[in-house]
Amino acid sequence: MNNPRLQALVKQVLLQVFLLSVTLAVIFPILWMVSIAVDPRNIDKPLELTLIPPGASFESFRQVLFEPSPLLCSNPGDVATCMTFGKLLVNSLYVSLGTAFFAVILGASAAYAFSRFRFIGRQAGMLAFIALLMLPATATVTPLYVLLGQVKFASEPLRTTLLGLAIAYTSGTLPFAIWNLKGYFDTVPEELEEAALIDGASVTQAFFRIILPLSLPALAVTVLLGFMTGWTEFVLAWLFLDNPARFTLAMALRSLQGQFTTPWSIFFAMALLMSIPPVLLFFALQRYIVSGLTVGGVKG
Amino acid sequence: MDVPAPKPSLAPPPGKTGGKNRWTESLRAWAYILPAGLLMLAITFFPQAYQGWMAFTDYRLANLRFNVFDQGTWEKFAPPLVGFDNFVKVLTSNLAIENYDFVRLLKFNIAWTVSNVFFHVLLGIVIALALNSKNLLGRRFYRAVFVLPWAIPGLIIAFTWRNMFDRRFGAINQIIGRFNAAFGTAFPTDNRWLDATEPPAGGNIGLALASVVLVPLLLWGLNALFRARLPFWLKLLPLPVIAWAFVELLNMYRDSPMAFWAVLITNIWLGWPFMTVIATGALQSIPEELYEAARMDGATGWQQLVNITLPLLRPAMIPAVMVGTIWTFNNFNVIYFITQGGPFGRTELLVTQAYKLVFTQRLYGVAAAFSIVVFFVLLIITILQNRVTRATEAYYE
Repeated sequence: MNNPRLQALVKQVLLQVFLLSVTLAVIFPILWMVSIAVDPRNIDKPLELTLIPPGASFESFRQVLFEPSPLLCSNPGDVATCMTFGKLLVNSLYVSLGTAFFAVILGASAAYAFSRFRFIGRQAGMLAFIALLMLPATATVTPLYVLLGQVKFASEPLRTTLLGLAIAYTSGTLPFAIWNLKGYFDTVPEELEEAALIDGASVTQAFFRIILPLSLPALAVTVLLGFMTGWTEFVLAWLFLDNPARFTLAMALRSLQGQFTTPWSIFFAMALLMSIPPVLLFFALQRYIVSGLTVGGVKG
Repeated sequence: MDVPAPKPSLAPPPGKTGGKNRWTESLRAWAYILPAGLLMLAITFFPQAYQGWMAFTDYRLANLRFNVFDQGTWEKFAPPLVGFDNFVKVLTSNLAIENYDFVRLLKFNIAWTVSNVFFHVLLGIVIALALNSKNLLGRRFYRAVFVLPWAIPGLIIAFTWRNMFDRRFGAINQIIGRFNAAFGTAFPTDNRWLDATEPPAGGNIGLALASVVLVPLLLWGLNALFRARLPFWLKLLPLPVIAWAFVELLNMYRDSPMAFWAVLITNIWLGWPFMTVIATGALQSIPEELYEAARMDGATGWQQLVNITLPLLRPAMIPAVMVGTIWTFNNFNVIYFITQGGPFGRTELLVTQAYKLVFTQRLYGVAAAFSIVVFFVLLIITILQNRVTRATEAYYE
């Protein structure tokens, strides 16, 4: 065992065995979903552990993608008013991107103040935002429902619009966003801004040209978390939206879970399709995630 | 958007701040916070304040017609004030709801949080260490795969695991069958994962988990307590509380039904990638020179891990553990979609109970009081956690 190359080999093998078993545990539920989704029998569980069931087909994917959902129609008698995957996807993207956008704009601006200014009420303000992370929001839906019902936007109550939903979700993601962004901004050296100010830039310019570009990782994390909230939340969505034309993918998925029966192949086909955008976004932003979440924590 | 700034007013060093300067500085700062602040004020503070008022009323279904902004509804639909009635009912479990027992809910919620966060952090660090080891083949592949539990929407994962825990043809029971066939063992393959009420293996699995999770925590806590810079008699005070908490949690794990294990497995699967990401970031920021110096002094790999890596992971892991604790404590999806609190409310969390109070029982006033109690419970836990981690910091530095 004193041979260093042998030692390295043994270590590599042990690591690979460990990491491969973790990989197996991670992808097993996903393979299980695939296996049910491609099963033509539309049963709730495969009768045995096989990835590709007999007679596998993409029929359920075709149905999800191209056929209208009979459960989500503005007018149940008229198929043309039923939601299709495309329309649901557009609504989901609207809410998720809206949430991500608001979270990053409002979060960065507030976090900048907490990071760079020493002002009256700084401690109290920071504490207030952190305490919000702890408030269980379940019972506040009633007042929120009333409140957003009062505010009119383009002659509609804000409550029933996707914009209202995005705003409500933003308030859920902001506390963590501000806390995380502030930690990251703290690590950007103040000398850089001071140099820009001496060169005649305004504070706002320094913020946009120096702080923001240097904080891409933390901004990416904020976008990611905002997007995920908008993409997966459905409790508020169910409660607030009245018009099926505005329903989101998460709501459509939830509606497939019937009280007595669930069309499992279709359900998992839709679940898999719905997982693709967030997974792609994670992959696209992956190089930012690690530093975006930890740099502030390590230093702060 | 561009505001000309005659005087650069970035955070001046403490002490230099003049009286007038401080006011303009504050105004400017609050201007930056204003958009986020207004949004939070409207969407969060207002409903929370409203909830505070609801908690003192007997707010029911009929009162939903009540609208603060419309005086016409006030007289007819305003709920009657009932003082602290709702709080008393919530805390003394005096509600006509099946399986409602506040003390059990709270104990289960704590047991759930402790075990989840423990495994998230343990697995998170171990996997991050493995991923970070030198000359690892396939690092990029593993990094990509390991983000999946986090990237796939939680409600999909919850439905998938519920399906896998099914008694007939569920994946987990089928895997146990395969394992039995391969190794000649005889583990039960007909487990009623989600509705058996008796604890698995007569509570022995629970005791095993308790020893894995609670004993290290207990030792760590006692060690931290006795190293803290406090007068000796003050250190003795928390001991009965610690012993009581230990016994209560032990009983909780021993008596928990199989459904607890199902949701625990699911949520461990879901939660570790976040901790791995945090630990990876912290590992990458440890300067290589420290290890080189340690090796020159003849430190073994284990010594390097204990004396360099783990202490330097600490500052990054503490905020992650705090956030993780809050998220796990209020975790809704896993419990709600897998067990719905069953069997007989034995896996109910405080949040899922709050949801049921609103959407099933429609006791809005009681639900509001319940939410406020939950908030204070969480606040106390966070403050305690903060104190304990701060008190132990001295020992590491």
